[in-house]
Amino acid sequence: MQQKLTAPGQPRQLDEPQVPLSVPVGDEVKTTTCYMCACRCGIKVHLKDGRVRYIEGNRDHPVNRGVICGKGAAGIMQHYAPSRLRTPLLRVGPRGSGEYKEIGWEEALGIATGWLSRIRATDPKKLAFFTGRDQSQSLTGWWAIQFGTPNFAAHGGFCSVNMAAAGLYTFGGSFWEFGEPDWDHARYFLMFGVAEDHASNPIKIGLGKMKARGAKVVVVNPVRTGYGAIADEWIGIKPGTDGLFVGALIHELLSSQRIDLDYLVRYTNAPALVIESPGSADHGLLARGEGGEVLVKDRRTGVLVGIDSPDLSPVLQGEVELPDGRKARPVFEMIARRYLAPEFAPDEVAKRTGLPASQIRRIATELAAAAFDNPVVIDQPWTDWHGRRHEKMVGRPVAMHAMRGISAHANGFQTCRMMHVLQMLLGAIETPGSFRIKPPYPKSNPPRIKPRGKPGEVKPNTPLPGPQLGFPLAPEDLLIDDAGTPQRIDKAYSWDAPIAAHGLMHMVITNAANGDPYPIDTLFMYMANMSWNSSMNVPAVMDHLTAIDEATGEYRIPHIIYSDAYFSEMVPYADLILPDTTYLERWDCISLLDRPISDADGPADAIRHPVVEPDRDVRPFQDVLLDLGWRLALPGLTNPDGSRRYPGGYPDYIVNHERGPGVGPLAGWRGKDGESFAKGEPNKGQLDRYIANGGFHHHPLPHDQRYFKLWNRGYVDWAHKSGFLESTDRLVMQLYCEPLQRFRLAADGHGAVQPPASHRERIATYFDPIPFWYEPFEGQLVDLSKFPMHAITQRPMHMYHSWGSQNAWLRQITAANRLYMARAKGAEIGVADDDWVWITSHQGRVKAQVKLMDGVNSETVWTWNAIGKRSGAWALDKDAPEAEKGFLLNHLIGELLPERDGGYRFSNSDPVTGQAAWYDLRVRIEKADAEPPGTSPRFEPLTMPRSVAGRRK
Amino acid sequence: MTALPATTRKKLGLVIDLDTCVGCHACATSCKEWNAGGYSGPLTDEDAYGADPHGAWLNRVHSYEVGEGAESRTVNFPRSCLHCETPACVTVCPTGASYKRAEDGIVLVNPDTCIGCKLCSWACPYGAREYDYTHGVMKKCTLCVDRIYNETLAPEDRQPACVRACPTGARHFGDLADAESAVSKLVADRGGFDLLPEMDYKPTNKYLPPRPRTFEAKAVGPVAESVPRPDGSAAERLFAWVDRVLST
Repeated sequence: MQQKLTAPGQPRQLDEPQVPLSVPVGDEVKTTTCYMCACRCGIKVHLKDGRVRYIEGNRDHPVNRGVICGKGAAGIMQHYAPSRLRTPLLRVGPRGSGEYKEIGWEEALGIATGWLSRIRATDPKKLAFFTGRDQSQSLTGWWAIQFGTPNFAAHGGFCSVNMAAAGLYTFGGSFWEFGEPDWDHARYFLMFGVAEDHASNPIKIGLGKMKARGAKVVVVNPVRTGYGAIADEWIGIKPGTDGLFVGALIHELLSSQRIDLDYLVRYTNAPALVIESPGSADHGLLARGEGGEVLVKDRRTGVLVGIDSPDLSPVLQGEVELPDGRKARPVFEMIARRYLAPEFAPDEVAKRTGLPASQIRRIATELAAAAFDNPVVIDQPWTDWHGRRHEKMVGRPVAMHAMRGISAHANGFQTCRMMHVLQMLLGAIETPGSFRIKPPYPKSNPPRIKPRGKPGEVKPNTPLPGPQLGFPLAPEDLLIDDAGTPQRIDKAYSWDAPIAAHGLMHMVITNAANGDPYPIDTLFMYMANMSWNSSMNVPAVMDHLTAIDEATGEYRIPHIIYSDAYFSEMVPYADLILPDTTYLERWDCISLLDRPISDADGPADAIRHPVVEPDRDVRPFQDVLLDLGWRLALPGLTNPDGSRRYPGGYPDYIVNHERGPGVGPLAGWRGKDGESFAKGEPNKGQLDRYIANGGFHHHPLPHDQRYFKLWNRGYVDWAHKSGFLESTDRLVMQLYCEPLQRFRLAADGHGAVQPPASHRERIATYFDPIPFWYEPFEGQLVDLSKFPMHAITQRPMHMYHSWGSQNAWLRQITAANRLYMARAKGAEIGVADDDWVWITSHQGRVKAQVKLMDGVNSETVWTWNAIGKRSGAWALDKDAPEAEKGFLLNHLIGELLPERDGGYRFSNSDPVTGQAAWYDLRVRIEKADAEPPGTSPRFEPLTMPRSVAGRRK
Repeated sequence: MTALPATTRKKLGLVIDLDTCVGCHACATSCKEWNAGGYSGPLTDEDAYGADPHGAWLNRVHSYEVGEGAESRTVNFPRSCLHCETPACVTVCPTGASYKRAEDGIVLVNPDTCIGCKLCSWACPYGAREYDYTHGVMKKCTLCVDRIYNETLAPEDRQPACVRACPTGARHFGDLADAESAVSKLVADRGGFDLLPEMDYKPTNKYLPPRPRTFEAKAVGPVAESVPRPDGSAAERLFAWVDRVLST
């Protein structure tokens, strides 16, 4: 650069330097799918000299439309994290000691095959296979079926099964996973319990659109962070009381006669007749005609007709006499009486929720005004299930979304169902402006899949006759023996958790160590940090993992196999570690058969493909599973001549596996010529087509099928033809959830399968077919004068579980967490900013540092989820803030509830679904002046495997 | 002392909407990611896996609570160089390494002449400059000068990485010298404001304020008829209404 001459004391004036403005980003761009959280956004990965240079959002992708979040943009540092495992490991010291031998894959697979083949030849249920944050459940579940064990599930039981089950049993879809708000048309948006997660970018994009349009955004959450911060109204509700708030809204809508009667009659079972014959085996079931059709009473003729009759004008109130003399009553009347009861009046509800009655009334008024005074009209003709043409699509611009804050309570299933009742009363499901379902959903409510694993279905060297996870309709569908004993290690589908549609992963280790209901031989897990932030009562879980059976001198859980890409807290507790790749080094299939990336405008699925080669001796878990399956000679994985069914590994399986004729893991570009969608023979070029299209396939529905899907003739016929619906039967939404009543009848002493005495009252109480509110169990069982505060977690938007804080960039944003508390509460109990306090629950105590704030419910403390780390884990230095100051609330949460009368300890879960009740925690806060600063408890620092430690330097 | 151009042909800058920023840090990590390998790179990360992880970030997000009680709200505030019209960080520079481009107003640091004296970071009231301990030079937001004119990128991608990333659409990029530009109109419509205008550095970047909260039911439509008390007759009134509606 040339310097111009300037007089002394005059400012320098230089020629501007030449900045290189058009440097190419890299040498190559590859398009794949993110895995920095559960959203599965499309990403473009720029490579330079064989290394990842830059990751950005894919503009064409249906999930993220080009944007990327704080986690996704830090993917480079995840991919290059020093905590990556580098080689298979065999434990040589005691469990937890971190003494390993580094071994080769042949030896590792040989050991696993030895353990597993012995189990399979004797008693397949001795394998418990649980896969955590797995995005390949259609493969892992199928593998477990081939193996023959009933003990399979992923992490849904401790995440969102309450939402999934409540939605699937009501309208055949669900919040988040199988539905989304109508971001483009809603004018009023009510969001419950979204702890900054699920979904990430779709919610952010949607909120941006709503704010730009001037829609009102209302956030219901005890904590006002991220989404709550930009809401037009933040409702800082007391944890676990959302059902009261929702019930009060329903109360107000019914009181002011602001409901969508036409919608209720057309699309729900509001007019269905409920048999009233207390003490009989059919009490509370729906009255049915000779052909099995659900009956309603026509108000003009007084005749009982089937609910599927066109142009119904049904009776909605009053006792109805059935032909055989039994009495019945319309569902609508029962709903109205339930919610008009004084317990749901705003003044009553105000006492428990902490929300002013005036605010509840105002929100109800706003909801009604938004729904009814200004409907959304789309100029689009459509044809309904009965074949009637409608010139326009008319809907209610009130959208709702709910997640963990509802799900993670022991009343979450009924609360979520109650939200769906509210939506139905407003005409706000599958109508323009409201909540929309994502194909291949809606399914039948619930889907017609029964769980397998009954006595007699689990046999040596034999596949299970069907999937482990399904949707019971009656006690006969439970997985129990004649004595009522659970058949699964997690007690899913037993009287403890009859509709445990995602299993109870949070109970597996405790139950296995206790041999309750039976001991297992091998615990095989993938991507689940169960000795740390994914378990309740972490100290006890560590004990369980290392507990010795005094009779044999062996570990009570004799073998543990674990696959993870990173040196997580769980690794030292495994006997055999199968190192996985990062998400940029692997094939994956995000399938319509499990959890697709669809939006409400059409089904979509996606792949990951390797954009870089691994630089270590690691293998993608799915390849390993297929290899193991062949070594075990599992039927679906082995040809008749004994050779591998999928010699090309996971990509070979993705293309060539058929679940049914023409149905495979990917729905796009099927058939020889690649021109078929959903059904068609395998296409050798399928993956190339996906890669060329940016890693995904989206099938946009014609515009006349995009709303009213459950009752849309065009959609239902197409969905049936595509294999998404078992039949073209009419789909009626379930205001009244009849299957629950069948369980209640069993508790009343009816039927062949009845709960044991210890469970009768529980089933009779909580299996109410009409949603109700109850105090979550921990609040019922502990002394609230000793534990007066609620304690919950939120998930920072830039981190996701424990994956985040090993990330060199993300941990510069957050490396330790504080206990957040209301400023007024701090003043009340004498706690100031930066004070260290003990947080004590009935289970134990944890020491944390306080930060006071205004935006939190006054009776609630909270912290960020999964920041706290065990010293030495994730290849962080032993004195990392995550270990010295970061803490988990998990240690305070019991996985078992306190004993009740009779001594039985139920799991800390929803009584219907078995969902882990993380947010029911009750605590007290006391200053910890006497102790030096720093978190407690601390555990023995972990020792990195040599190969990991070597890279760390 | 370094001189400023008398005028700049354009005033390129950002408009950041505090009404929609959820504080997700996407802009911060995307910025780090782009610039770590771009013109500003490498950006250091000190003690990345240790007790005190820190490094150079050209864009950071802070979350604050403002007001108390019912008036309290949470504001997420992204912070980066504002590319001021009269930036003290340039005029204090003893070597001329800090400069403001005559063409577009972007404030840059020439790494070849920066001596790492940190005068500029002392002069900047916005805390927008980041000292790179590894390389001994000052780093700052370049407005992604190596993206916005980059002919190897698709035209729609020629915008700063933070804008490209932002999931809520809270960040906008454009020429604030052009009254007809989308960003200028946004500023006019939404009451965009300067940070610390009293310092008179004339920031180019503008912030859009959070919209006022309204708790009036009229915001979404007329108020429904007054709600009856739950005196036991609400059900009967409801059923009578249902009867009327279904009879018509």
